[in-house]
Amino acid sequence: MTQDQPVFQHTMAVIVDNEAGVLGRVIGLFSGRGYNIESLTVAETNQAEGLSRITIVTSGTAMVIEQIKAQLESLVPVHRVSDLTTEGPSVERELALVKVASTGEERVESLRLSDAFRARVIDTTTDSFTFEITGASSKIDAFVALMKPLGLVDVSRTGIAAITRGKEGL
Amino acid sequence: MSPQSSQKLLEGADIILKALSEQGVDTIFGYPGGAVLPLYDALFKQNRIRHVLVRHEQGAVHAAEGYARSTGKPGVVLVTSGPGATNAVTGLVDALMDSIPLVCLTGQVPTQLIGTDAFQEADTVGITRAATKHNYLVKDIADLGRTIHEAFYVATTGRPGPVVIDLPKNIQVEEGPYTGSPRVKHKSYSPQIKGDIDAIRDAVDLIASAKKPVFYTGGGVVNSGPGASQLLREFVRMTGFPITSTLMGLGSFPASDKQWLGMLGMHGTFEANNAMHDCDLMINIGARFDDRITGRLDAFSPNSKKIHVDIDRSNINKCVHVDIPIVGDAGHVLEDMIKIWKTNVHQPNREALDEWWSQIDEWRAVDCLGFEQEGEEILPQYALQRLQDLTKDHDRYITTEVGQHQMWAAQYLGFENPNRWMTSGGLGTMGYGLPAAVGVQMAHPDALVIDISGDASVMMNIQEFSTAVQHDLPIKIFILNNAYMGMVRQWQDITYEGRYSHTYSEAMPDFVKLAEAMGGIGLRAETTAELDDVIEQMLNTDKPTIVDCRVSNLENCFPMVPSGAAHNEMILGPEDVSSGREDDPTLV
Repeated sequence: MTQDQPVFQHTMAVIVDNEAGVLGRVIGLFSGRGYNIESLTVAETNQAEGLSRITIVTSGTAMVIEQIKAQLESLVPVHRVSDLTTEGPSVERELALVKVASTGEERVESLRLSDAFRARVIDTTTDSFTFEITGASSKIDAFVALMKPLGLVDVSRTGIAAITRGKEGL
Repeated sequence: MSPQSSQKLLEGADIILKALSEQGVDTIFGYPGGAVLPLYDALFKQNRIRHVLVRHEQGAVHAAEGYARSTGKPGVVLVTSGPGATNAVTGLVDALMDSIPLVCLTGQVPTQLIGTDAFQEADTVGITRAATKHNYLVKDIADLGRTIHEAFYVATTGRPGPVVIDLPKNIQVEEGPYTGSPRVKHKSYSPQIKGDIDAIRDAVDLIASAKKPVFYTGGGVVNSGPGASQLLREFVRMTGFPITSTLMGLGSFPASDKQWLGMLGMHGTFEANNAMHDCDLMINIGARFDDRITGRLDAFSPNSKKIHVDIDRSNINKCVHVDIPIVGDAGHVLEDMIKIWKTNVHQPNREALDEWWSQIDEWRAVDCLGFEQEGEEILPQYALQRLQDLTKDHDRYITTEVGQHQMWAAQYLGFENPNRWMTSGGLGTMGYGLPAAVGVQMAHPDALVIDISGDASVMMNIQEFSTAVQHDLPIKIFILNNAYMGMVRQWQDITYEGRYSHTYSEAMPDFVKLAEAMGGIGLRAETTAELDDVIEQMLNTDKPTIVDCRVSNLENCFPMVPSGAAHNEMILGPEDVSSGREDDPTLV
């Protein structure tokens, strides 16, 4: 199709059977058809019914986004695909563990900045801090950027968890 | 009485055969090996399910495809682990592309050896994930029966496709309860069969007001069942509209009917492609806007409204934007359309239609499939025309390989009914036709089954000729022998200035001697004078037969929509081929 269509980022929640290989299937679908995975998280959400929720952030033209939804729905173990970006207001959060190794002024500054971001210290030595921070991806990007000149050593991010606003469940 | 003693325990292999029986399976195509010995022993001890021993696992899958396409029932395959499973992959992808229902049982090393690089171990589930509609690995005997039934449900429901069940050897011998039944209630997979009635109403309104309509039908009509073809005929006749079909849909509408435009697409007729381009309403039933049909997408039927009936939601708006999408089974939707048409007592626009038919007749007058058979050298088109005339009154099933002969077969053979035409459309697998013919003949022992083949294609699965000999299947392999890989050579003519890189059939065997060496009959026709006699002889053989029909070496297949052209920019003959055309590597 034409390449000059605008590209959008969408967050999708996919409810699947919690069975061996399901994640492989979903990822295989994306890679096989050349779709983008910006972020992916997965966890069991309903043990009684054996269901898991996969939250995927993907991007593409409007037609590609429709295709991704339809292709995901065709997978046998998929119960439901919900496009959180279009189906009403939603909330997204990410968690990151950020390790900063520094001494002196830089160490003090890193602790001060972590306060401003409402991050918590979960590990410390005299030469390092490890922070736990939650928030929108942009907030985490900003925090990591600020820590770079202050001795950033390692970052471990979870990817996006997302949920609709209001009282309805999926 | 304690509950345990009333629950009868069966061996895994017996659970499998019992489940297959309950599913109505009467034939399995397969090849034994270490990992499936227990299943083969169970097969040996019964005779309800027949087993057809092939000579290569790829042949087993294509045979099962031929069986499935000619009967509407799912084909069943049994192969061993490792190379047995990997040899089946081509056939599985073929079935996936053409939506053929298949259940493929693969052996696997015992569960405790999985992941240890054991002898003949392969990650079958991993490898076939992209080659199947769905696949299973059975690790618990209690899941076995239920999984088999679910596999059949998935293979045959919604858009049909291949399903693989990986069966570790220890599961085949372990004892367990028989679980599941053919009545499957699936918790997540439940495709939509009935179309949205409002969308159908809107579609029928459009159909009633169309001035230049065309029906564009495909494999979905065949997969829906013979009823869908009947309903299609009824609706087409009620409206009086022209109709064309893809390669996969041939036979759902009779070729002898005056409303039939011929096949459309890259090698479709002049009138079919022009009607598709110039129409104001395109009614797609069970086709998927494949690139062989559309040509350049930005020039595809730019001024028409499009209705698209498809059971697979992901086919809607995949390549071509449609105005009225209807997700559902072709037969059900056609039934609703006919009901609504009759209730509203719709009448098509007779005047506009007469004008449209006049235009179509002008296109027909170009006689794009015309050819001149002069002299003794047999033209491939002539060979197929003679074959059509001499076999059209037989109970005839045609399979093909892939290439020019396949396109000529689609152009010159007339199909009056569905399920009589087995060809590899989506994947285009050379070597499909011979084993497919084996599968068709197994399902229809008294019918005439002909594989239209090429000299290059026939070599890909020639070993399956022995399968036919073993099982007394008098299939006819009709080779249009032009000593070249014809279709590739044609593209080299058109886009590579005739540089025939590796497309000549070097070291071609003597096909007559080859047939005889394998236990069949070999016949040869080299001149037009010999042709009819050889065909008649072929029709009367009672053993597998190869006909080596020598045809003109450099004949090309027309019309053709070259790569990168719009679907109404067809070249009609060699005089239209300019040497300046380039092969566009961004297109297929």
